Amino acid sequence: MNQRPGHLDELEAESIHILREVAASFQKPVMLYSIGKDSSVLLHLLRKAFYPARPPIPLLHVDTTWKFREMIAFRDQVAAAIDVRLLVHVNKDGLRQGISPLVHGSTMHTDIMKTAALKQALNKHGFDAAVGGARRDEEKSRAKERVFSFRSIQHRWDPKRQRPELWNLYNTHIHKGENVRVFPLSNWTEMDVWQYIQLECIPVVPLYFAKERPVVERDGALIMVDDDRFVLREGERVERRMVRFRTLGCYPLTGAIESCASTVGEIIAEMAASRSSERQGRVIDHDPSASMEQKKQEGYF
Amino acid sequence: MAAPSSSNRELLRFITCGSVDDGKSTLLGRLLYDAGMLPDDQIEALRRDSRRIHPESDALDFSLLMDGLDAERQQGITIDVAYRYFHSARRNFVVADCPGHEQYTRNMATGASHADLAVVLVDARKGLLVQTRRHTYICALLGIRKVILAVNKMDLVDYSRDIYESIRSAYAELAVQLGISEVSPLPVAALWGDNVGAHSLGMPWYSGSTLLELLETAEVRPMEGADFRMPVQWVNRPDQSFRGYAGTICGGRVRTGDEIVVQPGTHRARIARIVTADGDLNEAGVGQAVTLTLDREVDVSRGEVLADAARPAQEADQFAAHVIWMGDEPLLPNRGYWMKVGSRTVNARVTSIKYKVDVNTQAKLAAHRLELNEVGYCNIDLDQSIAFEAYATNPILGGFILVDRQSYATVACGMLDFSLRRATSVHWQHLDVDKRMRAQSKGQLPRCLWFTGLSGAGKSTIANLLERRLSALGCHTYLLDGDNVRHGLNRDLGFTPEARVENVRRVAEVAHLMVDAGLIVLVCVISPFRSEREFARGLFGDGEFLEVFVDTPLEECERRDPKGLYRKARAGEISNFTGIDSPYETPESPEIHLKAQGVSLEAIVDELAARVLPSAVG
Repeated sequence: MNQRPGHLDELEAESIHILREVAASFQKPVMLYSIGKDSSVLLHLLRKAFYPARPPIPLLHVDTTWKFREMIAFRDQVAAAIDVRLLVHVNKDGLRQGISPLVHGSTMHTDIMKTAALKQALNKHGFDAAVGGARRDEEKSRAKERVFSFRSIQHRWDPKRQRPELWNLYNTHIHKGENVRVFPLSNWTEMDVWQYIQLECIPVVPLYFAKERPVVERDGALIMVDDDRFVLREGERVERRMVRFRTLGCYPLTGAIESCASTVGEIIAEMAASRSSERQGRVIDHDPSASMEQKKQEGYF
Repeated sequence: MAAPSSSNRELLRFITCGSVDDGKSTLLGRLLYDAGMLPDDQIEALRRDSRRIHPESDALDFSLLMDGLDAERQQGITIDVAYRYFHSARRNFVVADCPGHEQYTRNMATGASHADLAVVLVDARKGLLVQTRRHTYICALLGIRKVILAVNKMDLVDYSRDIYESIRSAYAELAVQLGISEVSPLPVAALWGDNVGAHSLGMPWYSGSTLLELLETAEVRPMEGADFRMPVQWVNRPDQSFRGYAGTICGGRVRTGDEIVVQPGTHRARIARIVTADGDLNEAGVGQAVTLTLDREVDVSRGEVLADAARPAQEADQFAAHVIWMGDEPLLPNRGYWMKVGSRTVNARVTSIKYKVDVNTQAKLAAHRLELNEVGYCNIDLDQSIAFEAYATNPILGGFILVDRQSYATVACGMLDFSLRRATSVHWQHLDVDKRMRAQSKGQLPRCLWFTGLSGAGKSTIANLLERRLSALGCHTYLLDGDNVRHGLNRDLGFTPEARVENVRRVAEVAHLMVDAGLIVLVCVISPFRSEREFARGLFGDGEFLEVFVDTPLEECERRDPKGLYRKARAGEISNFTGIDSPYETPESPEIHLKAQGVSLEAIVDELAARVLPSAVG
């Protein structure tokens, strides 16, 4: 019987193919591990791709020091349980300057603690390929992103210099100093990610599941008060509400949604009925409407 | 592999062809809207954008959903390929949204390579246009065999059935000509959603399926070979006890115990295990990413193909193939490129362009080069044999890309058609006396000194003195001068870029023969292009090839003008003159860099002789 595999099987096989291509073609690849659900899926695929060998690609977490505490706990738990090396990088200069999303705003915080930190880490270790969990369905300008996305020596993304990608043939040649960002989940949707997590029983950070949490309503978003660095503005007050997170980032920049979905199955059911898009809760994505494209040109992942 | 489940459904990948004028973006946006795939916040953003761009109207401009990049939104055209994801109650979809203009043929080819089906849009007011033919041709070239013909803007022709019928029958004829085996036509009005997600009230005469229904039910058999094939991507060797070959199966099925052959080659083995992280399988098929172990030790590396031993793939090093040129610089015959096919990368040259195809009319035209977005039918020559199949049989073993060896850009994609008989009938004759023996009898190590530089730089003068010196010391030498070769072997070549490439190729091959004969060869050719010098270098063994850059500034060469050529070039009497109206690409890391000005010729020859002699008379 020549049975056509289902869409998750097809997506899984495609991602594994891409990961193997990375390992075979680059001198020093790394996987960017952001602790979120996409990273969990990516890590799962990484281990599948090279089974029974240990994955030949280490993990790198760029820590802005403003992640949810539960994220860091989850990261350390994962690192202890698996056979893949995890590197953590913090922008020490930024830390010394005390860069904070609460004081300096989301743009400056992201520039210094995320974008610049990532460049530092890639340069420091000499990584020539960085695998990430971005998906094309996340945002309009990502719809045209390549699976193998080329960056100049300055890590800049030039839409005109991207290479055509035909079939499953990837041109992996780069000059010394250039690097590539690779997105094995390019063709996955948010729904695919959750269905796959359910099917494969992949652990994710508990913040994705609804629970009573202390939140503050700020600029139309529900921000969780995760530690005592959070300073209340006048008129703000902390409430306990049933919330969960659709995406995870720095806690002061990540809006929660009100929800009662406390299992993967319930999340999928809620999403099927949902009428808002995934990145809506991300404070940094809002306007100007092509801002993601600008951030990418500057080297944001 | 993940186990099948209700959440694991069929995935249809399709491409939409048409230009902005046809309402393609509107149709796609409408399709997503009707399928209930647009979240509220996106609809709200769309409403804002629509009002900003069309302050006079309240209607949603669905085309704004599709155009992602800033530059494109400003120009109002879709330049790149955008991928969109949606699902209906019955199926998941990936749609490649591609620009339709002729200058974006490469983008359409890219999109088509990821599609099982094409939706071709035609404006009901205009009927079949040149672009309809072009889009259909490119889809057919990339192997798409099934088309949904959407006759759009029916509202602007009063929902006329006659107009629809005449377009439908004209397209049916075109599809047959171009090799599209199945066409499903339907009339739509994308702006209002007629027959997109719901049946149209304006066209009661159409009782067929809506676009969404057609996409949900289209039976799609992607092109795939019947015989087992798997290009090896990665050799999995965690320790001495395990050696597996990881790859994605691109043809047929494989079972444990099956006999396979490692191609190119004749080594055979049987499949011991089919390993996956979810446990071993008894069998696996097309599209599955697996790791295979064999029952005996055979040498297998990345790039080789594991194939059904009873029905192996063909092997060849010369092919006829369709090439779609995607580079900004034109394709020049005989220039070297890297070819990636399956998981293998080899050196390739296009030896001749048999003809180029007018993408609008499919007329075959004579051509000496291919420009960006042109399609040609070419002969391709590789430096080694590969396992392959015709693209129509197995797109993974027949589809390839060409990569520029300097810029590393992807400059072409192509579809292998068949192997040229020469590859199997011209055999390499193995000889008893080899290069080493020939060189030993002359008491020297053979070398190729490749002098490159502008006309009048002093290449021949220096090489001439050097040959006299070496000859006096008893070395066996030959000075191969570019001008002299053009009197004989290369008499048929002019000075266009194509001819220069061929000129250098022939000189390099002759130098290679002479080095094989054990000689020290001094080559003097301008050889203005880096890629040809790299080609020449590639013919020689390690350390045999010494690039000598005679670096005399243009002003000095022009002042000397020993042959009066610069004067003629400046006067416009000769064209394509290096340094004047044809470029010279400076060597990046020559073995020897001669800044000839202000240094005596004697000193230069001393330096060169010192570089050659210790090993030459060793």
